[in-house]
Amino acid sequence: MTEIEEKKNKNKGYKPILEGIPDWPVYQLSKNRKDFIEEVTHKSVERIRKLRPTRKQLLDELEATVYREQNRLKRNRWRVDPADEVRFFSNLKKELLEVSTRTAEESHGKEDELLFRLVHRYASEIAGNFKPSKYKVARAVTQFWFARLLNGARVKKFGGFFRSQYRLRDKIHIVGKVKMLRSLTRLGTVVMVPTHFSNLDSILIGWVIHALGLPAFIYGAGLNLFNIKIFAYFMNSLGAYKVDRRKKNLPYLETLKMYSTLALQKGAHSLFFPGGTRSRSGMIEKQLKLGLLSTAVEAQRNLYLEENHETNGSPGKKIFLVPVTLNYHFVLEAPDLIEDYLQVKGQDRYFPEQDNYGSFQLIRFMFKFFTKGSNISVSIGPGLDVMGNYVDEQGNSLDHQGRIINCKDYFRTNGQITEDPQRENEYTRMLSQRIVKEYHSINRVFASHLVAFVAFQMWQKKYSKLDLFSFLRLPEDELVIDYEQFKATFKKVRKEIYRLKDEGKINHASHLKGNADIVIKRGLENVGILHILRPLARNKNGNIITHELPLLYYYHNRLVGYDLEKLI
Amino acid sequence: MTSKSSSDKPVGVIGAGNFGSAIANIIAVNRPVLLYARDEKTVERILGKGMNRGQKMLKNVVPTNDLAELAAKCEVIFPIVPSTTFRSMMKDLSPHLHPYHILIHGTKGFDIKLPKGTTLENVKQLNRSQVKTMSEVIREESVVVRVGCLAGPNLSKELAQRQPGATVVASPFQEVIQTGKRLLKNDRFQVFENRDLVGVEIAGVLKNIIAIASGGLSGLGFGENAKGLLVSRGAVEMVYLGRALGGDTRAFLGVAGIGDLVTTCNSPMSRNFTVGYRLAKGESLDEILADMDEVAEGVNTIRIAKKCADYYKVRALITDTLYKVLFEGMTVEDALNYLMRYPLNVDIDFI
Repeated sequence: MTEIEEKKNKNKGYKPILEGIPDWPVYQLSKNRKDFIEEVTHKSVERIRKLRPTRKQLLDELEATVYREQNRLKRNRWRVDPADEVRFFSNLKKELLEVSTRTAEESHGKEDELLFRLVHRYASEIAGNFKPSKYKVARAVTQFWFARLLNGARVKKFGGFFRSQYRLRDKIHIVGKVKMLRSLTRLGTVVMVPTHFSNLDSILIGWVIHALGLPAFIYGAGLNLFNIKIFAYFMNSLGAYKVDRRKKNLPYLETLKMYSTLALQKGAHSLFFPGGTRSRSGMIEKQLKLGLLSTAVEAQRNLYLEENHETNGSPGKKIFLVPVTLNYHFVLEAPDLIEDYLQVKGQDRYFPEQDNYGSFQLIRFMFKFFTKGSNISVSIGPGLDVMGNYVDEQGNSLDHQGRIINCKDYFRTNGQITEDPQRENEYTRMLSQRIVKEYHSINRVFASHLVAFVAFQMWQKKYSKLDLFSFLRLPEDELVIDYEQFKATFKKVRKEIYRLKDEGKINHASHLKGNADIVIKRGLENVGILHILRPLARNKNGNIITHELPLLYYYHNRLVGYDLEKLI
Repeated sequence: MTSKSSSDKPVGVIGAGNFGSAIANIIAVNRPVLLYARDEKTVERILGKGMNRGQKMLKNVVPTNDLAELAAKCEVIFPIVPSTTFRSMMKDLSPHLHPYHILIHGTKGFDIKLPKGTTLENVKQLNRSQVKTMSEVIREESVVVRVGCLAGPNLSKELAQRQPGATVVASPFQEVIQTGKRLLKNDRFQVFENRDLVGVEIAGVLKNIIAIASGGLSGLGFGENAKGLLVSRGAVEMVYLGRALGGDTRAFLGVAGIGDLVTTCNSPMSRNFTVGYRLAKGESLDEILADMDEVAEGVNTIRIAKKCADYYKVRALITDTLYKVLFEGMTVEDALNYLMRYPLNVDIDFI
């Protein structure tokens, strides 16, 4: 694996791959938005009818959906929900009641019409609205303000605010397989699958895509983010489509998947957060949501099927997955996330989706982020085909020995490309495991992650009789680690990380190397840097203490899953 | 979707041992079979006399010595070679395989990857990154993903005599299970389905431990009460070990679990049973192994299972005690006393 060093990368710009926005697949998609929504609707209805073949099953499904939706409207309404939603569903309920009292002959397929209406509504809600003019504005605004913030904060001369000495690129390191990603977007359709720790991820990835000169990607962004106006503006203009996690009914989920499948088939580069939601625990995702991921497998099979039917022999487009990890010293929402996690883990109960951060908090965070020296790094993983095999820069799938394999053969039975949903479910599961593995190996360990991990583990080992919850409730002032002991353990774990890196199982920032005292100092300074109560610090005697154990637990979790605990 | 031509395609069987030959004959009732034998003499013998390992081979079974030919002609392949040579066989086969191949293996055993400079005897602990099932070896060594396994009470001799029997075809892929069923099923051979591939593989391996213990009880001259106790407690231990190694409880309760366990514990002909029996009669392990031409899988399985149980902190009483008998000089008598006095009272606590 060749890696682009952060230093080399620092001031390198990337030329756009496709010059004009009209060439971008996402633009083509939004230009024909109306037709696309129609297509999604028709195909989703077809799919749902296949899953619920009898009239009775369909009516039951519709009734259940209306019931759930009305419940949602009563309990959990959001600002983005359209005003006519209550009316829509109460009308639907009325008509549904009428239909269900009639016989099949009398209703003249009315139930299909109701399904169509519902799915059409969902499809219209999901569909993104990419507008080149808005995109350009949003891009220019972000860049301008990011630059102003950076320079205003850093350049200590008069007028620093208007200089452009620092750019976002200095703040955010992009490392890994950049060149490959760029070439894959030309060869086929790319699905970027990043880890998800913070609401900021969407914006960050948007910036990364632009900075690398890639055409815009479509996102599946949580509808809750559209509650925050500043986000809503950016995401609409960046080509986001909306995913509402409150809606768990079958017609909605099938429509959503169909939207993604068809968009991929049309060549729209896409971005999924396959963890589904931000990692509550701070751990790298272990379980991915298979729904959206399955659309990549399905779209690939459809592309191969189409290729089969076409007589002109043009090879079917290939779909590539590119895992990405986002590495932070600091996650704004960490205190709330870990609290959610502990609540759920402690007692298996449902917690409502909440966002405690409005536009103001975000701007304040941005400012802090730029003024204080806390860097972010984005690791771009190697490209994979839909089976999780590595691909080379020409997009060929490779086996473990580096031999080229024909990805199409995975979908063949007796020489024919076949549609086998059960097989594809299994493929999706395998793909998700591959992505998780890849996350772990491209994960870049920061000094701050390592100090958090070592300190937390040392304390937990000391109180190994306590379960996690009792342990986390210990008074913080009882917890002190002798610095020399800490340093010795730190070095031991760091050595293991070097070893794992040689095996390709993890990666680390270059700042992790060198004099242990300096690295520990840097780690302590940066871990959870902007929280009021710092997860780690040193006391007067130079020993390690904590002010907030659950937060430390959160940052520690980043390194769970490498079996490093055994070294403590 | 099966077209006429594809149903005439031959099915591959790799390994012309007892079980491989029996399976080749079962499939040959339905479809032509290409049977790979490593040894050219075996190929000649089957071609000449139509006999192999005391079994009369059906005409439909064509022997071959060429893995490339087998992979090119067959889309469905049954590898049935000992676990110790499985990986090297896969390495030879792998360059000829494509993602459209379906592999259903019939090998019961683990593949072990040891750290440099250690042996199975002196390595302290083992974990799942070092202990692999055969389906995992297939996935590691080749591009084939549609993988399955055969397991269950399948004594080759009885199969060859067309006595009633059953097998489990396990695979996460419905397609693989259905293919296996279509090829194997006949009026004397029932085929069950299981989706927990790894669970079924592990059950098939771990039962060998209990088979040694069963031989031990017979050697001490004990009867059916003792065996009932052993089989039921042995099954519980298999569940615990199996779960630690990544199997699901249910796999251990089915044909490949209890079914195979009961069969093996009652078959004095089996090598594992013999090891236990002779130990109880006072012979040492070295003496026993010295005059057996093939190593009983169970002996290595005990080493592996004990070291995994230590790593995953699973209580595996029978395995631990057998380990002491085999490698630390405990007598079978003492082992039995130890087990009978051990304070246990909950019967079943895993459901």
